[in-house]
Amino acid sequence: MTTKAFDKQAATEIIASFESRAEMLVQILHGFISRFGWISEDAIRLLATKLNLSRAEVHGVVSYYHDFRTSPPGKHVIKICQAEACQAMGSRELSTHAEAALGVDLHSSNENVTLEPVYCLGNCACSPAIMVDGKTYGRVSADRFDDIVAAVGESS
Amino acid sequence: MAATKVYVPRETAAISVGADDVAIEIARQAKKSGDSIELIRNGSWGATWLEPLVEVLVDDERIAYGNVAAHDVAEMFTSGFLTGGDHARRLGPTIEIPYLINQDRWTFWRCGLIESLSLGDFQQHAGFKAIGRAFEMGADAVIEAVKTSGLRGRGGAGFPAGIKWQTVADATGDQKYIACNADEGDSGTFSDRILMEGDPLGLIEGMMIAGFAVGANRGYIYLRSEYPLTHSILTRAIATARESGWLGENIQDSGFDFDVELHLGAGSYVCGEETAMLESLEGKAGIVRYKPPLPAISGLFGKPTVVNNVVTLASVPNIMNLGGEKYASFGVNRSTGTLAFQLAGNIKRGGLVEKAFGITLRELIQDWGDGTASGRPVKAVQVGGPLGAYIPEEQLDTPLDYEAFIEIGAMVGHGGIVVFDDTADMAQQARFAMEFCAVESCGKCTPCRIGSTRGVEVIDRMVEGIEREDNYDLLVELCDTMEDASLCAMGGMTPFPVRSVLKYFAEDFSSAVGADE
Repeated sequence: MTTKAFDKQAATEIIASFESRAEMLVQILHGFISRFGWISEDAIRLLATKLNLSRAEVHGVVSYYHDFRTSPPGKHVIKICQAEACQAMGSRELSTHAEAALGVDLHSSNENVTLEPVYCLGNCACSPAIMVDGKTYGRVSADRFDDIVAAVGESS
Repeated sequence: MAATKVYVPRETAAISVGADDVAIEIARQAKKSGDSIELIRNGSWGATWLEPLVEVLVDDERIAYGNVAAHDVAEMFTSGFLTGGDHARRLGPTIEIPYLINQDRWTFWRCGLIESLSLGDFQQHAGFKAIGRAFEMGADAVIEAVKTSGLRGRGGAGFPAGIKWQTVADATGDQKYIACNADEGDSGTFSDRILMEGDPLGLIEGMMIAGFAVGANRGYIYLRSEYPLTHSILTRAIATARESGWLGENIQDSGFDFDVELHLGAGSYVCGEETAMLESLEGKAGIVRYKPPLPAISGLFGKPTVVNNVVTLASVPNIMNLGGEKYASFGVNRSTGTLAFQLAGNIKRGGLVEKAFGITLRELIQDWGDGTASGRPVKAVQVGGPLGAYIPEEQLDTPLDYEAFIEIGAMVGHGGIVVFDDTADMAQQARFAMEFCAVESCGKCTPCRIGSTRGVEVIDRMVEGIEREDNYDLLVELCDTMEDASLCAMGGMTPFPVRSVLKYFAEDFSSAVGADE
């Protein structure tokens, strides 16, 4: 996950690539997340101006969706599926293991990693499943979790 | 000598257990041995428990190797993999794998078979034949065929697709839309994903037929953001269709215009509800709308809109090719045709099984699934996602049929089947149902927004053994209120799993530490 400082020029270009259409707001916010990693107050101001919406309207959309975080994430984002199929295969125990191994609680971040719950990655025949920096992994035991995290850490 | 064809799925589940690494290793080993290969990235056949499932074409027959890891590949080459040589991973011809041959593949027949993003391969397997057939039949006859088929909405609600299409066709307005619901949020479901990753052009063809039938020239796919690989595959498939004149203006000189835009969801479960999805497609928060008006009358941007699930739309091309009567010959009662059941959770052989309605849960879990992954007895099976009831072992002989499931207080939904073994704490699962509703409620209506939070608290008190009988009555009353007064299925059906736990697994509430009874 790349986290970059808000860049008004780059943000304006993303908005322009969607022809400044207000109905593309959710898609534009995705563009911001892939570019900056999070949605800043500056981003919300710019969107309101460019799309002719109130800041409250933009804020309402940003705060509604889980994907649009409003603080910078850690260098890596790890999501652990918490839904029923993964529960049936020990996702609760895996989450506890992950929290201990990473020293971060679910829903929180440190500089290196953000740990988030996700309600279904659609990989339910390979439970439990996790997603690391946008890549899905299945059949994740505690040992495999440690291996995946170590490999990702080395590559960064 | 022609290059040997080797198939390695480009599909989320296969890749999640190493398919990309296997593909890289196969290319490396072939280079090393000097063998000429053509590496084809197909979709998944749906036998997910065998992934990564690699195939090699030998004398026009595909030979399968299951659960291949990158470190197996060198040894497989030594054993003559490229000529179908024997190896511990060898399963034999793909078409003889019992998990696959005993299915009724109507909608998913191209998944695994073809190279997902190859227009040529798609067209060699009847691709875009159905839209041509639809042009010949005319819009009215297309709708009639869908009605004859008895096809019902596969997203979960089971509304007859033909009647929905008729309503949109009859609605007045110059602009109409097709909105494909690909926000597959139910836990235990992945059939939309397997279809989109394995046969993306098949979905586009289904949307085109729907557009032609109702007079819509624009389609939207609302895809959940948890599926990044699917997003990239669909993006490329749409571009391929445009470049080859199968999307855009005057498609293949037919006079019919149709184009598709792909939108990403943003992690909201409620956006799978059709009106919340329409709000999200309009760039807003995914808050549920009041119904009426129905989306068929006033949907996306206030225009008549067909909202159909991926599997519903992808079932249509073969209804054009083989006829509505043929589809209706599968299934039982008012549940005609096939459903892609998805075996998930604690199951030995998880994956996708497309079968005619009428099969029982027990057959699916035993004959296909081979029981639990843990080897322990089945305790409960949740069918139809997080809003579906937990079904006890003694009801596993219920035939999968929309109406038969309603009779036992359950639902077929999108066909997700999540198995739990006897270690599951069902009180915890009931609590989770309420907790999930509290996290995902859009907040528009009070029973869902507040009721779910109160539900968690009441269940916690019951588990702690505080005034258990009074709290039991309170929970039942809360379930009544949520069911009767919520705006959509989120609050209205969250009580289903909760009630099923109260009814069949009540002992799990009293076994908790601190019980006062």
